[in-house]
Amino acid sequence: MAVTYASRAGGFWLVRRFPVRGRLKVGLEAVPLAVLTALIAPTVLATGPAESLAAIVTLLLAWRLPVLAAILGGIASVVLLRAFFA
Amino acid sequence: MDGGWREDFLLGCWQILPLLLASIPFALILGAAAAEKGISPGETTLMGAIVFAGSAQFVAVGVWEHPIPAIVIVLSTAMINLRHVLMSAAIEPGMTRFGPRRSYLALFFLADEIWAVALRRAAEGRLTPAYYFGLALPFYFSWLFWSTAGNLLGSAIAEPRRYGFDYAFAAVFLVILLGFWRRRPASLPILASAASALLAWKFLPGVWYVFIGGLAGTAAAVLSARSGDAD
Repeated sequence: MAVTYASRAGGFWLVRRFPVRGRLKVGLEAVPLAVLTALIAPTVLATGPAESLAAIVTLLLAWRLPVLAAILGGIASVVLLRAFFA
Repeated sequence: MDGGWREDFLLGCWQILPLLLASIPFALILGAAAAEKGISPGETTLMGAIVFAGSAQFVAVGVWEHPIPAIVIVLSTAMINLRHVLMSAAIEPGMTRFGPRRSYLALFFLADEIWAVALRRAAEGRLTPAYYFGLALPFYFSWLFWSTAGNLLGSAIAEPRRYGFDYAFAAVFLVILLGFWRRRPASLPILASAASALLAWKFLPGVWYVFIGGLAGTAAAVLSARSGDAD
């Protein structure tokens, strides 16, 4: 618990104590992109054709539709694609 | 510009709902895995209540023995949780409406799902404490309830793959990722993160890949920044 909380509060605490500027700021702004990409990379890129194609479907849906519709469409597409590739 | 406390709280509850539903099968499986290791229902609830970190809990349960190998558990969960240092640093600029006490309370609930949805709201400049706790509290209590239920039900647990629940995480994060990319198109951090995350995922144990990918993507952004980008 202490370990989990320390890491969750730690980054926040550091940024608050030592304001970031310049290159460090650029890096911090890239963190969401970088962490989100890393979280999903194995599922999207290295699991199978169904998961990779469903990612494309999800992104295309998200380009035009509301968030919830894109998420549900993405999940539905992976179920269909898995049945197809099974 | 901001809604009332109640409206913001309910909006948070609504927007966390897809991820909350998707987390139920994993909570059930965690509970069942804990039962197999001889962890009681009460201990499962307590563990969820004070740790509240899905992947860290999975690893802790995975290496659980009697007598409890405390050092192994602390070290392995610390490695998994390193990504939270990056994540909490990234959300700090969005938490201007939180006082110090509320900030540190809010950070206790900074699970991946809550972080990602809160960050999207923060990017719109509209992250309020009410919205944040609207995300966090239903997710937290659902996690406790379903992991305890999984412990009681044991191994009679359905496969999450069948209904695509396991993919909900990826779908939600893709949509959020696209939102960030549209606001600030940057391909290099994404490429660096994806490539190094895949390598780490192939060759390293556990979920090191998240931290390594996150770090590589961030480093790529820093190294490619021209000096003119600095303020």
